[in-house]
Amino acid sequence: MITVEHLTKRYGEFTAVNDLSFEIEEGHVYGFLGPNGAGKSTTMNIMTGCLSATEGRVSVDGYNIFEEPDKAKRLLGYLPEQPPLYMNETPLEYLKFVGEAKGLRRQELTRQIETVILQARLEGVENRLISKLSKGYRQRVGIAQALLGNPKIIILDEPTVGLDPIQIIEIRDLIKQLGQEHTVILSSHILSEVQAICEKVLIIAKGKLVAFDKPENLEKLFMASQGVSFVAEAKKDEIDEILKEMDAVSGWQMKALENGSTRVDVQIEPGNVSDICRNIFFAFAGRKKALLELTSKKANLEDVFIELTESNEPEAERGESNVTEAEMKESYTPEAAVKKGDSEEREVEKE
Amino acid sequence: MIAVLKHELSGYFHSLTAYIFGAFLLAFVGIGAMIYNIQQAIANFEYVLSFVSLLFVVLIPILTMRVIAEERKQKTDQLLYSLPITAVQVVAGKYLALLAVYFIPLCIISVYPLIFAQYGEVYLITSYGSIAAFFIMGAALISIGMFLSSLTENVGFAAGIAIPVILLNYYSVSLAEHVSSTAFGTAIVLCILCCALGAVIRFLTKNEGLAYGVSLILIAAVGAIYIKKPEMFEGLLPEFMRKLSLFERFYTFVSGVFDLTSIVYYFTVIVFFLFLTVQSLEKRRYN
Repeated sequence: MITVEHLTKRYGEFTAVNDLSFEIEEGHVYGFLGPNGAGKSTTMNIMTGCLSATEGRVSVDGYNIFEEPDKAKRLLGYLPEQPPLYMNETPLEYLKFVGEAKGLRRQELTRQIETVILQARLEGVENRLISKLSKGYRQRVGIAQALLGNPKIIILDEPTVGLDPIQIIEIRDLIKQLGQEHTVILSSHILSEVQAICEKVLIIAKGKLVAFDKPENLEKLFMASQGVSFVAEAKKDEIDEILKEMDAVSGWQMKALENGSTRVDVQIEPGNVSDICRNIFFAFAGRKKALLELTSKKANLEDVFIELTESNEPEAERGESNVTEAEMKESYTPEAAVKKGDSEEREVEKE
Repeated sequence: MIAVLKHELSGYFHSLTAYIFGAFLLAFVGIGAMIYNIQQAIANFEYVLSFVSLLFVVLIPILTMRVIAEERKQKTDQLLYSLPITAVQVVAGKYLALLAVYFIPLCIISVYPLIFAQYGEVYLITSYGSIAAFFIMGAALISIGMFLSSLTENVGFAAGIAIPVILLNYYSVSLAEHVSSTAFGTAIVLCILCCALGAVIRFLTKNEGLAYGVSLILIAAVGAIYIKKPEMFEGLLPEFMRKLSLFERFYTFVSGVFDLTSIVYYFTVIVFFLFLTVQSLEKRRYN
């Protein structure tokens, strides 16, 4: 559907997108994930022909966006980060212009405008000035605009930014609905959003693709570093005895709780977490020791995201220094990541 | 292109722009007609047009200032880039819409000579020749204003540049008498122009080598001509400024000469500035 090959975009000295290659297939909802300033919007602008690339090529259904922009753009509907709306027009006038520019005429134009107004749930406001509409409705006018001409691919750049929670839910529902008929690509820096809507996730950091897979596969990738945690009514030496017998357990920490029970965090070797939980349960049950809590710590997309985008950063900064990945993981704490993320955002703003 | 044209036209007629432009133009033509044709009883309508032409210094920038700058400001230019229309179609649509807004008051104005003809002898041929030239000159000025609007996203700034540019063009003939007409003076000015051209190339392409290269080659050429044939530069500068003036050429029509070279000149200016506007839009894509 869309093929991006070795895409690079440089602004003078600054490289916004660095040798990005990926392929997007028909009929899925794709999520474009990355911290602020990672090059999401730049990539989307290039994919839709709004921006030129320094190097590389983008083809939409076989048409090169730079050489045959007319044919390629007909297959795309694009909602930029800031919806491009004419404030002194009504949604109806605006959609009419966009439809005509997309080559729709007469009945076809009226029919499609009616359809997208229903799809984007704009009925009732189509004759009010866009400048008088709320942000959620403006976003919908933007989406309606992208839907005109019935394009195969719809690209939405941060469609839920700045909306209130109810509007966010509505827009997400709309996107899910669109995903049934179109290929949808949306960008976001909100993980839960991507996890909720997207079937496949592309994570980019510093203009490079760092991961491209289904959300659940990405989580599985990082299961290895996870563990099991439980609270048992047992003494420390009893727990030591039980855990020593288990092969899959590589280490544990214990902490006595006030009510006489003990909290244990267990590091496990890669494998099926459920098996280990089951073993722990039966081992304690066999000795008539009660388990008050038993949870497997599941990796979520957030960990994957932070891991991927952060591990990319020290590499770039430290250059050839011999830091192994394990060392980096060890020194990593979520708090530090948040701080780092903040300073990165500030840098981007300065630029 | 039709979509852009329709959209722009509905924009002009929904807002006050078209009406204010038309009202001002008609009001001043009316005042001019009162003074020349009625009070002084002169049978030449073209004098009125020559009187009104100074008004373009203010009126054209007001008409053109928003045309592209506003799109940039509201970020709607991104929509135009993502739609399956080319920059040429966008520029052509917008330009034709501006011409239409300018054409409508001129249609009303072109009735005036006929009315005057009811009460005496009016030189209709020169009147309508001048009205046609007036339209084409305005069209050339609109293309300049449109280009200047495409350079910035600040509407006020677009008007702020367009006014002095058109004013300079208006006075370039009077200024021509005061500039140096010696060969040396001309050579110096040409060298400065070469440097300015280099600066523009550098700004547009961000390629320093190309900018310096072009400037140096042109300056070398100017130097070579100055040493070999200095007489070529004698009086070149004032002559050049006189030729450049859009308004001075219009006065030829007012004096009753339908000058085809001037028409060709006006069309050249239109095509040149529309081309630059397209380049300016395309450049955004390469930014």
